[in-house]
Amino acid sequence: MPENQGSNSSIVLRRVTGEDGASRLVLAGNCTLTALGKRLQPLAGELATHATDPELQWDLTGITQMDDAGAVLLWRAWAERRPRHLLLQPEHERLFNRLEKMPAPPAPIARDPLWPITVLGKAVFLLWDHLIGLIALSGQLLLDAIYLIAHPALVPWREISANLYRTGAQALGITALVGFLIGVVLSFLSSRQLQMFGADIFIINILGVSIIRELGPVLAAILVAGRSGSSMTAQLGVMRVTEELDALTVMGIPHSQRLVMPKVIALGIAMPLVVLWTSAVALIGGMVVAEIQLGLGYQFFLSKLPDAVAIANLWLGLGKGVVCGMVIALISCHFGLRIKSNTESLGEGTTNSVVTSITVVIIIDAIFAVVFSNVGLR
Amino acid sequence: MADGECIIEVEGLYTRFGSHVVHEDINLCVRHGEVLGLVGGSGSGKTALMRQMLGLETPAQGKVRFSGLPLHGQDRAKLQYMRNRCGVLFQKGALFSALSVYDNIALPMRELRTLDEDIIRRLVMLKLKMVDIDTRHATKMPAELSGGMIKRIALARAMALDPELLFLDEPTAGLDPQLSDAFVKLIQGMRHELPLTIVMATHDLDTLVALSDRVAVLAEQRMVALGTLQEVIKAKHPFITSFFCGERGKRTLENNRGILQG
Ligand SMILES: Nc1ncnc2c1ncn2[C@@H]1O[C@H](COP(=O)(O)OP(=O)(O)OP(=O)(O)O)[C@@H](O)[C@H]1O
Ligand SMILES: [Mg+2]
Repeated sequence: MPENQGSNSSIVLRRVTGEDGASRLVLAGNCTLTALGKRLQPLAGELATHATDPELQWDLTGITQMDDAGAVLLWRAWAERRPRHLLLQPEHERLFNRLEKMPAPPAPIARDPLWPITVLGKAVFLLWDHLIGLIALSGQLLLDAIYLIAHPALVPWREISANLYRTGAQALGITALVGFLIGVVLSFLSSRQLQMFGADIFIINILGVSIIRELGPVLAAILVAGRSGSSMTAQLGVMRVTEELDALTVMGIPHSQRLVMPKVIALGIAMPLVVLWTSAVALIGGMVVAEIQLGLGYQFFLSKLPDAVAIANLWLGLGKGVVCGMVIALISCHFGLRIKSNTESLGEGTTNSVVTSITVVIIIDAIFAVVFSNVGLR
Repeated sequence: MADGECIIEVEGLYTRFGSHVVHEDINLCVRHGEVLGLVGGSGSGKTALMRQMLGLETPAQGKVRFSGLPLHGQDRAKLQYMRNRCGVLFQKGALFSALSVYDNIALPMRELRTLDEDIIRRLVMLKLKMVDIDTRHATKMPAELSGGMIKRIALARAMALDPELLFLDEPTAGLDPQLSDAFVKLIQGMRHELPLTIVMATHDLDTLVALSDRVAVLAEQRMVALGTLQEVIKAKHPFITSFFCGERGKRTLENNRGILQG
């Protein structure tokens, strides 16, 4: 019978009654995953109904090929033991022998009824964990800094300069674009309002204070957190996945000193410069619109700017830049070092790092606003 | 498909990475039902040749045909069918790091969408048993496994759908001798039950001698020999001489004389 079966023909069931009156189920054809295809589910039901008859003789000698999936299908229909009357080809014998010795599958884990409480508790502990981790990392950096002051030859200049270039120089394009557009929009909207009151001249105050004190630093910090923060976290995370961090450890190169410190220092230097650049470009954008909308000349705008905006605002903006830069680098590295060696943790860590950095940037901005509420404003 | 027919044909294949030439004019036919051993020094392009056969790399020149059809530009259903008939064991395992051991092996089965979870659970346990992994490791993540366990679980995943064609890249590297022997037994058993074609890159002479029907030797960017082990050993090439007739090679061949003459 097997000869007239094509190599891919699926299994055929035939129930016959022998001369002695006993009924036999003859299976023929291929009993493999590919041959069964979509027929698998209906066949499972069919086999189960046949299997309810304990006296049925199973004749599997006509089966040309059988793989594990086919064997499991039959095995399950037989309720995990051989039927009383079974005819098998010797090469298929081994499949069922293996199934007999198969270990029991592990029971699925039942869900804890208290899960909302455990989830909440875990979240609280996680937050605490992050806090402790961040403080420990800052402390480690401080110790490293003291050590490096004593051993200036070990300062990682190359890494600092590479990070300066990546986080500072390469960020100039995107910050300029965003800064310019924000300056344009702000100037356009304010000038329309001011025109109504005939208070055109105050556009300089509005643009000057809002951009130099607030928008420039915050915009730059958010852009840098998204751009450099994510790349720092991902870099450290991939180094964890590929065991590069462990390789550094066994070479006696501390992570905090070689990987974290250069990033924190570089971003602490680059960030105020990026803030300065963003504010300048945003002011230029505002100035262009002020000239078009209100006819305020560039020279007039620039000469009035120092009178309208106290210089303290600029220092405040730059100060925010330094703090935000270092905090962004610290948070990104903290999340990067916590990543476990799997891709899911990598994605999750990077997202959390960026979200946390941006949130913290805004919190820092609020703290600055409260602490320096009577500096630079008249 | 009858035995001896070509299942993969490689014709005048050139592989280049930038200016670095890995293969020059490789011609090869993997016959249906055979075990083809790929041998060569480290960096001779065994993995690269397998990647070409799998369509993961595009040839700089030449053709790769899969049961007579070109690998690129086929209709989707046919390609998917072929992919389901292939199992691949990558050199570094390539387990999905975000999935547990169980889910790694269950993934190809779930993708078929014809199997229910109950059958999948039994099949996964069966595959784990086949590669000698204890059930209690089923919930572990790949990062928590030893090197040899990764290899064996990757092998279980490669065999999840009982493929007709298996690509094995260094299947016994990182396994202890007993596990290597168990691997040889496993493959021999599987070939007994189902028609199986295997392309296997290996440095392990014992495995090569025990399993391969034909051997292809890669050296100096070319295929310097192709044939049964006896034929290949007779070829006069410095690499073949040092590989098979060095201290280790001699000893292994001595131990396996029975197989070679049989
Ligand atoms: N993606 C790639 N880009 C550039 N060069 C590559 C790439 N993949 C492989 N190579 C080069 O191709 C050559 C062959 O590599 P391949 O991985 O095939 O070696 P192999 O024979 O498998 O070696 P081993 O036994 O060590 O695994 C090597 O010289 C390698 O540097
Ligand atoms: Mg390789």
